Amino acid sequence: MIRFDNVSKAYPKQNRPALRDVSLEVEKGEFVFLVGSSGSGKSTFLRLILREERASHGQVHVLGKDLARVSNWKVPQVRRQLGTVFQDFRLLPNKTVAENVAFAQEVIGKSRGEIRKSVPQVLDLVGLGGKEDRRPGELSGGEQQRVAIARAFVNRPKLLICDEPTGNLDPQTSVGIMKLLDRINRTGTTVVMATHDQNIVDQMRKRVIELEKGRLVRDQARGVYGYQH
Amino acid sequence: MRAQFVLSEIGVGLRRNLTMTFAVVVSVALSLTLFGASLLLSDQVTSMKGYWYDKVNVSVFLCNKSDAASDPNCAKGAVTEDQKGQIKSDLEKMTVVDSITYESQDAAYKHYKEQFGDSPLASSLTPDQMQESYRIKLKDPEKYQVVATAFDGRDGVQSVQDQKGILDNLFGLLEGMNLAALAVMALMLIVALMLIVNTVRVSAFSRRRETGIMRLVGASGFYIQAPFIAEAAVAGLIGGALACGFLLVGRYFIIDAGLALSEKLNLISFIGWDAVLTKLPLILATSLLMPALAAFFALRKYLKV
Repeated sequence: MIRFDNVSKAYPKQNRPALRDVSLEVEKGEFVFLVGSSGSGKSTFLRLILREERASHGQVHVLGKDLARVSNWKVPQVRRQLGTVFQDFRLLPNKTVAENVAFAQEVIGKSRGEIRKSVPQVLDLVGLGGKEDRRPGELSGGEQQRVAIARAFVNRPKLLICDEPTGNLDPQTSVGIMKLLDRINRTGTTVVMATHDQNIVDQMRKRVIELEKGRLVRDQARGVYGYQH
Repeated sequence: MRAQFVLSEIGVGLRRNLTMTFAVVVSVALSLTLFGASLLLSDQVTSMKGYWYDKVNVSVFLCNKSDAASDPNCAKGAVTEDQKGQIKSDLEKMTVVDSITYESQDAAYKHYKEQFGDSPLASSLTPDQMQESYRIKLKDPEKYQVVATAFDGRDGVQSVQDQKGILDNLFGLLEGMNLAALAVMALMLIVALMLIVNTVRVSAFSRRRETGIMRLVGASGFYIQAPFIAEAAVAGLIGGALACGFLLVGRYFIIDAGLALSEKLNLISFIGWDAVLTKLPLILATSLLMPALAAFFALRKYLKV
């Protein structure tokens, strides 16, 4: 699903590379936590998977494709198989819940019939059935994040990338979001989630990858958060 | 591509940037009006050239009795029958000459009376004072010099006059105006293009949330850019349509009504409606493609994949 071979990433005008010689593999259907303090390289790691950045050295394989060999105009094809969820939700405030989710399908040219079928389905899945016509401003943070997850999942991606999805939410709401992500994971979707949330990582007991100053320092099956030790 | 989705995006974008859109429309309209006007002006010059060059003559004026007294070219006296015959046969031998007509003093007097019959000067003239002349039509109006060098200063010839020279001054003036119009147009066009680039950037910036999401869910570059490009193209097309309107109205008021040049200058053959109509597709196409291309290049830097 994802393979990093000796990947380094240096940004111009920065002395220290953001990632240094990272090698790892994520199998299909896995749920992986990506932990590390701010500036440890988590975001760069995710941006490399999304092909928003290219590796300076080494190879990044996603869904069996070497991203360095994917030409710019084919990048959208790769991204259609990925879903992304962010800490700040990134919803469109002047569209309703259903429109926000439908947007992800409209812009890749899905037919109206398909959209009409899949949007209510995915809204039911994330527990927002009956709130299709609300606008993001009328929803709680947890509900907004559910809309974002619905949007990320509506095209049935093989891989879901989450960048601190619970970062703006209270602990109870976070648990609900994690249950939802777990459910999505059980449908066979690989989930990679960067987080600072110790409780969640400790409760879920999933694989934990820890980065520190751009290096991979821990890769532990059924791990705990604990990078301050 | 879902047309309805794209169209609604265009509408939203144009309304959001109403002032900028207005500026784009006006500058495109003005620059393309000037562009069309300069095309039409050069059409007008060409048609006038065709009309007048056909009619102009090189005239060889012959000395009459009063010239013999006053003009140094005619110091040897008025033209004789021998000289006239010699000039005529020499003219006939020249390959550049198409046809020759002789104008007698009486005929010249008659023409003069027709043209300036009411003026006080005309009433004091007698046929004796008019000049005989050969009116020569050339195969190529540019070859005036050949005739001039052959006959200037010859006995019995008062002067050789090229009417084309007089017209060329007028055409030079018109072509100068045309160049000026083109220069102003180029300036306006640059302004219009810069406005378009700016408008598109503002538009892309104000919609960066949407485009960011589009990128992440895998919308193709074309799908992301199309609304912005179409926005610029629509604004441009409105400007182009206005320019077409200005040209049609302009032709009507300058030539047919208002200034009504066709009545006041009935010696000039003015361009017809067909000349204007044939320019309109070019103007519309320019107004559509130019902003679209400008937008495309503006976005290439701005909306990376």
